[in-house]
Amino acid sequence: MKSMPRWVDLFLIPAINVFLAFLVAGLVVMFIGEDPLHAMRIMIQGSLGSDYGIGYTLFYTTSFIFTGLCVAVAFHASIFNIGGEGQAGVAGIGVAIVALTLDQTHWLLVLPLAVLGAGLFGAAWAAVPAYLNAKRGSHIVITTIMFNYIAAALLIYVLNTYLKVPGSMAPESRRFAGGAHIPRLDQMAEWIGLELTRTPANISLFLALLACLLVWLLIWRTRFGYELRAFGFSEPAAVYAGMAPFRIIMITMLISGALAGMMAINVVLGELQRLNLDSVQGAGFVGIAVALMGRSHPVGVILAALLFGVLYQGGAELAFEIPAIPSQMILTIQALVILFTGSLENMVRFPMERLFLFLRLRKEAR
Amino acid sequence: MSVAEKTAGQPETAAPSAPAIELIGISKAFGPVQANKDISMQVARGTIHGIVGENGAGKSTLMSILYGFYRADKGEIRIGGVPTQIHNSDDAIRAGIGMVHQHFMLVQNFTVLENVVLGAEDGALLKPSLAKARKLLTELAHEYELEVDPDAVIHDLAVGFQQRVEILKALYRHADILILDEPTGVLTPAEADHLFRILEGLRREGKTIILITHKLREIMAITDTVSVMRRGEMTATVKTADTSPAELAELMVGRQVLLRVDKKPAQVGQTLMQIRGLRVTDRDGIERLKGIDLDLRAGEILGVAGVAGNGQSALLEVLGGITAASGGSVTLNGQALDLTAHADAGERREQGIAHVPEDRHRLGLIMSFSEWENSCFGYHDRPQYQKSRLLMDRRAMRDDAREKIEKYDIRPPSCDLAAANFSGGNQQKIVIAREVESDPDVLLVGQPTRGVDIGAIEFIHNEIVHLRDQGKAVLLVSVELDEILGLSDRIVVMFDGRISGERLPSETDQNELGLLMAGIDPKEGAA
Repeated sequence: MKSMPRWVDLFLIPAINVFLAFLVAGLVVMFIGEDPLHAMRIMIQGSLGSDYGIGYTLFYTTSFIFTGLCVAVAFHASIFNIGGEGQAGVAGIGVAIVALTLDQTHWLLVLPLAVLGAGLFGAAWAAVPAYLNAKRGSHIVITTIMFNYIAAALLIYVLNTYLKVPGSMAPESRRFAGGAHIPRLDQMAEWIGLELTRTPANISLFLALLACLLVWLLIWRTRFGYELRAFGFSEPAAVYAGMAPFRIIMITMLISGALAGMMAINVVLGELQRLNLDSVQGAGFVGIAVALMGRSHPVGVILAALLFGVLYQGGAELAFEIPAIPSQMILTIQALVILFTGSLENMVRFPMERLFLFLRLRKEAR
Repeated sequence: MSVAEKTAGQPETAAPSAPAIELIGISKAFGPVQANKDISMQVARGTIHGIVGENGAGKSTLMSILYGFYRADKGEIRIGGVPTQIHNSDDAIRAGIGMVHQHFMLVQNFTVLENVVLGAEDGALLKPSLAKARKLLTELAHEYELEVDPDAVIHDLAVGFQQRVEILKALYRHADILILDEPTGVLTPAEADHLFRILEGLRREGKTIILITHKLREIMAITDTVSVMRRGEMTATVKTADTSPAELAELMVGRQVLLRVDKKPAQVGQTLMQIRGLRVTDRDGIERLKGIDLDLRAGEILGVAGVAGNGQSALLEVLGGITAASGGSVTLNGQALDLTAHADAGERREQGIAHVPEDRHRLGLIMSFSEWENSCFGYHDRPQYQKSRLLMDRRAMRDDAREKIEKYDIRPPSCDLAAANFSGGNQQKIVIAREVESDPDVLLVGQPTRGVDIGAIEFIHNEIVHLRDQGKAVLLVSVELDEILGLSDRIVVMFDGRISGERLPSETDQNELGLLMAGIDPKEGAA
């Protein structure tokens, strides 16, 4: 039963959900004796109030767009890929190999090859659960989550055995030389004569926006996207129409893993300029919330990623400004947003549906 | 609980002359759709009352209101003359209403006894309830020909017996009014006859029965009165003895309907598809087809009759490339098809086999896809729908869809609506249009008019006959014997994965086919 205008579904309901999440978070802040409005002001000011804050917000947003797209693409095929965390982590190895090999050349050469490396490694890490699911019917939620842990262990092994600087105790690679430094946004702004504060936000942001466009094309314009969506709605119907589930699952997961892998470009190549153990830091999981909230649509993913970017950067500022609010509090707020936008969505949806039905009936009665 | 409800639970307090059920001005809307419009109806105690109507006419909504699944926006329900509020099925049961759903509500791995008692246990311990139920079951079995082994597990029982369990459940809960929703859809003619004997027995005991069906023959055979619904309204209530199937059909559709298929004699040509010893074993290791031999000939409709679950679905799915065969050979136009290696529905389509599946919701359509996306489903990789190697040509797809909408009179004529927003008949037209327009040599059709309104049935039957007249071979699978008899040029009957007999429609009738469907060949018996 379709009773609501589209804008209600796409914008009003998410907005109400976010508002409710902030309301509850505000109550928690009040409970520990701080002023929620003040805290809110710091979060907004810290994330959007300066070019410095915006830079960091966009940096986080970039990562979340990639991991959000990763989950969204798989969602359309009814595959729940929650292995973005591991896929992004392993992709970091691919980026590091390219960067460490070619960092005496130029970033124009390093960037495309690093994209390739990140994509290949991310896709490869998604390929194993995908194959197990397509051939053996293993539950992909279980396998991808397991592969997150294996990825973490693999990363430690690779760093310790191959990439660690000899004599160093830290499990991290050497710093990439200047040839592998991709342009930051502030550097790019300089090209057109703008002066911005230095932040880790970098050219990957445009890569992320391009990825959104490509994902949109893939899902709604290509033949494979047609098959992917058909498979997602009904596997028996897809088989009836002559589609091969094995092929759809494999290709979808490869694309999904590659998208998660792109995150390593933003973090490993753009920010850290080395490979260490915590390049992903939960962004793979945030991608699930981003995809859920963004209705698995690229535009929705961008908006949701921006919201989570604000939460991350604003949260960091908040913990810095008001030490009484511990960093766990930030996690609580993020968790509340996920809870309200993901799990409790129907709580808002049903009353809204009723409201609009009522409005329409009244209009018709008149 | 209101006083009215309490008294409604004890019908003996009601006036004996009052109708068992009286509905007064019932209205119910789902959004903009008015499912029931000001419906009033009376059902006299101790009668069988039929309700007929096309799909979407509002029969099920009305019964759901009576059984407490929905609440009416307006109107009043009186049970035995007493105004009664029915908020949920508990209220309905308390008011003495029992319902036998089209899809049975039984716990598959429980015994008959456990299912009967479920939800109506007397206390924390099961034993007394079970003993009580066992005693009652024996009595009921004797009284109404409702024999079922109380200790049998449900999934071991044939559907006819499962249905009896549903009736027993209602009687165990002291139902005086029994609602049956499309009860004969899954039964053989013999099982249906048995069901009718049970219903007649219940009527003799003073129970009131409401029978929802779309089979006019059943209405004529067993009901005392019949109500006709059309587009949410009750258009007529008549005594069955005073009406005829033609009149009922006209009342249902609102215009005169041809109940018989009008077709010329078949011009049978050469054999297009030859099937020999075809076997299929499903995932659970059960052999669904146990060696099928069939010849599909050009210009001929071959009807496959049988009770659901005797291998007809497996036959359609293996020929359509959905499942792989485990043995046997199939040739098409003299060329051998390899059905055993792997199943590939796309390959079958390339070879000229089109398939209208039995279950259009599960297989034939993607309900959330728009009409134009469904209109080439399965043929989406054909060159005319491609813009480039990767991109699809949406304009071509939509133009193509619009052409089919026009030619097949699909309503509403909008290719941008999701398939779910079309009525059953129009959804089926989308599928038929797609498969017929692919210009196949062989058309496989499963249950072409299941859940399709009478008006569209006529259209779909004509399309199938039209395709036959173009010299194509048609394999028609249907559980509706009327449809098989009316449409086929030759009939085979399937029982337990085998062909149990072959007949010409002019030389057989419902009874003979019914026996074959139960695995008994009357000719062999006579010989």
